[in-house]
Amino acid sequence: MDMKASKKKLGLKEKYAHMTRGLGWETSYQPMDKVFPQATFEGIKIHDWDKWEDPFRLTMDAYWKYQAEKERKLYAVLDAFAQNNGHLGITDARYLNAVKLFLTGISPLEYVAHRGFAAAGRNFPGVGPRVACLMQSVDEVRHAQTQIHALSNYNKHYDGFHDFKHMLERVWYLSVPKSFFDDAFSAGPFEWMIAIGFSFEYVLTNLLFVPFMSGAAYNGDMATVTFGFSAQSDEARHMTLGLECIKFMLEQDPDNLPIVQKWIDKWAWRGIRVLTLVGMMMDYMLPKRVMSWKEAWEIYFEQNGGALFNDLAKYGIKVPECLTQCTEDKEHVSHQAWATFYQYGGAAAFHTWMPNDEEMDWLSAKYPNTFDKYYRARFTHWRDEAEKGNRFYTNTLPMLCQVCQIPMLFTEPGDPTKICYRESEYQGEKYHTCSDGCKHIFDDEPEKYIQAWLPVHQIYQGNCFPEGTDPTAEGFDPLAAVLDWYHFNNGKDNMDFEGSRDQANFAMWRGMATKNT
Amino acid sequence: MSKVFIAFQLNEETRPIIEAVLADNPHAVAVDSPAMVKIDAEGELVIKRESIEALIGRSFDLQELQINLITISGHLDEDDDEFRLSWPK
Amino acid sequence: MAVQALKDYQFSPADSQDKFHGGQLLYVGWDDHLMFCAPFAYCLPPSTRFGDLCEKIMAHSFGYHPDWKKVDFATVTWLKSGQPFQPDMNKTLAELGLKHKDILRFQTPGLKGIAGTCS
Repeated sequence: MDMKASKKKLGLKEKYAHMTRGLGWETSYQPMDKVFPQATFEGIKIHDWDKWEDPFRLTMDAYWKYQAEKERKLYAVLDAFAQNNGHLGITDARYLNAVKLFLTGISPLEYVAHRGFAAAGRNFPGVGPRVACLMQSVDEVRHAQTQIHALSNYNKHYDGFHDFKHMLERVWYLSVPKSFFDDAFSAGPFEWMIAIGFSFEYVLTNLLFVPFMSGAAYNGDMATVTFGFSAQSDEARHMTLGLECIKFMLEQDPDNLPIVQKWIDKWAWRGIRVLTLVGMMMDYMLPKRVMSWKEAWEIYFEQNGGALFNDLAKYGIKVPECLTQCTEDKEHVSHQAWATFYQYGGAAAFHTWMPNDEEMDWLSAKYPNTFDKYYRARFTHWRDEAEKGNRFYTNTLPMLCQVCQIPMLFTEPGDPTKICYRESEYQGEKYHTCSDGCKHIFDDEPEKYIQAWLPVHQIYQGNCFPEGTDPTAEGFDPLAAVLDWYHFNNGKDNMDFEGSRDQANFAMWRGMATKNT
Repeated sequence: MSKVFIAFQLNEETRPIIEAVLADNPHAVAVDSPAMVKIDAEGELVIKRESIEALIGRSFDLQELQINLITISGHLDEDDDEFRLSWPK
Repeated sequence: MAVQALKDYQFSPADSQDKFHGGQLLYVGWDDHLMFCAPFAYCLPPSTRFGDLCEKIMAHSFGYHPDWKKVDFATVTWLKSGQPFQPDMNKTLAELGLKHKDILRFQTPGLKGIAGTCS
């Protein structure tokens, strides 16, 4: 980059101070508590908003300058990718399915994050956090736009990329990330900051963007790696905001500690459950693998999160209890999740498959304690059956967890052969959860989670068929009606990769790209 | 003592930055992955504007780091001359 | 604890029984058979005979498993919300006291899934 760094009239610290201290004012036509009605109801006490400091000390002029430069770099790559048939350079067409899951499950959430940070910025009375939230809000809408733009190139060639926005509101597995963000957005601004700003950005996004995007590079997907790293360049700022926010709350008043601790416990667990999907993407959906989910977990969660919690201990923050469970779960969740999508592959907008022998050997090596013992026989059986023309598709809807909305696929602590069942009762009605973590969250705020839009129950209530459908008509096929309502192209977007249109087209086009016949 | 880290995209712009960081922080270790490099360091890591300028032969604004930054861990303190990551002792 | 909210925070549950057109939800899981990744959710009329649940409805859902044809319902043990439960095959869900959103697990002694791995 050739940017002139001229001698500044003001230093970084002075410029930042002018913007975040000089531009605020006390309202006089209306009292401050009417202008900022959400500032106190969560119980967080703030005495001096001026104690907030953004360590990057970014001002708006610098923000626009560097963001514009990131966009120029990104679009140069996207243009080159599209002009040179970059989609044929990926390792294997199976890889595309990870990108489909990303587009449908993650990109729309960038947009929700944009809205959430705009709202948080509006609701904080302090200028420092308002400016930081404004920048993050603009970052998030940029991420949504660049991801959709980058992946639209794949939509020209492959199935499953055509209607992510419609799907997010309806599809059973997309309700997992959607409900996560809805839960955060429907809380107050401080809880939002702990949920998304701290737990998600600081503790969890590294796991999503860093090893996965490096994996995209390894698999020849120049478009994804470029938007991923372009987004991630903003994440460093977001993580800093999240950490700053938590320090600020804890330093302002000792009464804030139990509230913050409760939110950290809740959102660490909620985030970890959502990351199950990412674990599966890394271990099963990248044909060429960078590292296993377990390894990524150890580097970015255990080491990095450990350093963070060591530091927060001085404020009295404890490591969330649920995390002991994660040390056991990291050996299982990616396999359990892939087994789930494989058997519900008739109702997913991407293709699934069983790993080949070489891939199973890689899984054995990466998961010496669990893969051969609990999963290999199951996967080999399914592969053998598929080869005999008896590919396994479950024909009945699964039971879902009331909180994380994931099918009840997680196993009992200490016994990976038994499903973990937890049950609560509230106002005479039963509610089922997948773990102690989710049960604890439910029991703490049952009024919130009894409203959950659980896709399986909604299907049984008859709310998930196209308008005008008569479920009592003879020969009614409920699955086909639901897929129609989801806007899936049944038979093209779903089912096994083997025999799919993507598989055939990719092979044909790659052949045309490398031969003259 | 906990580790701090910083990760950059691997490209022509970051090559001299990485070189400067490793020279200024002899305790730091660079770990390469596809398309990126992650630099780990016990306790603290300092990036100095002057060291980068000496390698690239032009003036450099530390905020330019943001363009190629992937992730960081630790408390950050940035001013015109230094970008410092640390876990307080 | 209650939800911290700006206003009174009371909502009706999204899945009360009146919304299921006369059906009730029943969940059924087969212990030691994780080939089925999660328990199944059914929406059934309370008049469903328990024997029909086992022989028709569950057979449709679980029949793909090679162990299914070895299941002997005379020796199956049942749990309802984790407690022992002894169903009469000729009684209906309502007669057996099974309520909306009840959860049943069944255990099939001697059957341990694919290659004995509880799959």
